[in-house]
Amino acid sequence: MRVPILRLGRVLLTSLPSDLTDQQVMDLQIDALALIQAGKADGLVIDITAADVVDSYMARMLSETAKMVTIMGGIAVLAGMRPAVALTLVEMGQNMIHMETAFDLEGGVAKVARLVASRGGRHDEVPTV
Amino acid sequence: MKPEPDRLDVRVTSEMDVVEARQKARLLALRHGFGTVRAHGIATAVSELGMNLVLHTARGGLIHLTAQGEAGAAVVEVVAEDEGPGIPDIALAMQDGYSTRGGLGCGLPGTRRLMDEFAITSEVGRGTRIVCAMRRP
Repeated sequence: MRVPILRLGRVLLTSLPSDLTDQQVMDLQIDALALIQAGKADGLVIDITAADVVDSYMARMLSETAKMVTIMGGIAVLAGMRPAVALTLVEMGQNMIHMETAFDLEGGVAKVARLVASRGGRHDEVPTV
Repeated sequence: MKPEPDRLDVRVTSEMDVVEARQKARLLALRHGFGTVRAHGIATAVSELGMNLVLHTARGGLIHLTAQGEAGAAVVEVVAEDEGPGIPDIALAMQDGYSTRGGLGCGLPGTRRLMDEFAITSEVGRGTRIVCAMRRP
């Protein structure tokens, strides 16, 4: 089953299940990138409240997804990291997560909006002279 | 009298088995008085070792979980063993940033930092055995 992606205004929202598979990750990346490319969204907030652990594979998947969104001109924010997850990631080593983060979904949505505004709008908007 | 050790084994061949193994590991640790953060650390280590079994071996492997010890000093031991390809250069595999599968290359070194004890033995063509343990502080 595909991980559902919801759209709230110009932001895509997704919440990762605890038993996420490689195939679901690939489908999610494709779906999110297609929506961004179609001009339906400026960014993606990935919520990991439900994820029971974030191991190095999951960390890599998250960072890669963020990188894909970023090179398409979008913004990706990770939200809902629990304290135990953060502590464990730091204990395992630095630089496991390479992406913007926010406390929760609401903060993630606000961060996407703020980052889009701070760079002067959407990446594909032609500046008006 | 020392209580009987609490043991369970999980055969890991798919990502679903990894989910089961790490959930069981967390419950085992919580049952033996580990706090949420330490139990989460053990579950993460099991996830790393389990994903290695899924990604690096053709037939998967076994994860043995054991908890033992008296009230004051419980320990959870995690053993991951497989009959996979083996690791030719363990020192290299334990280096940060080294990966043969395009991973982050911090799975094994990260697991070592997470756990109180960590030992790895491997023979090319025969398999790999990783033993690690966390003590309850």
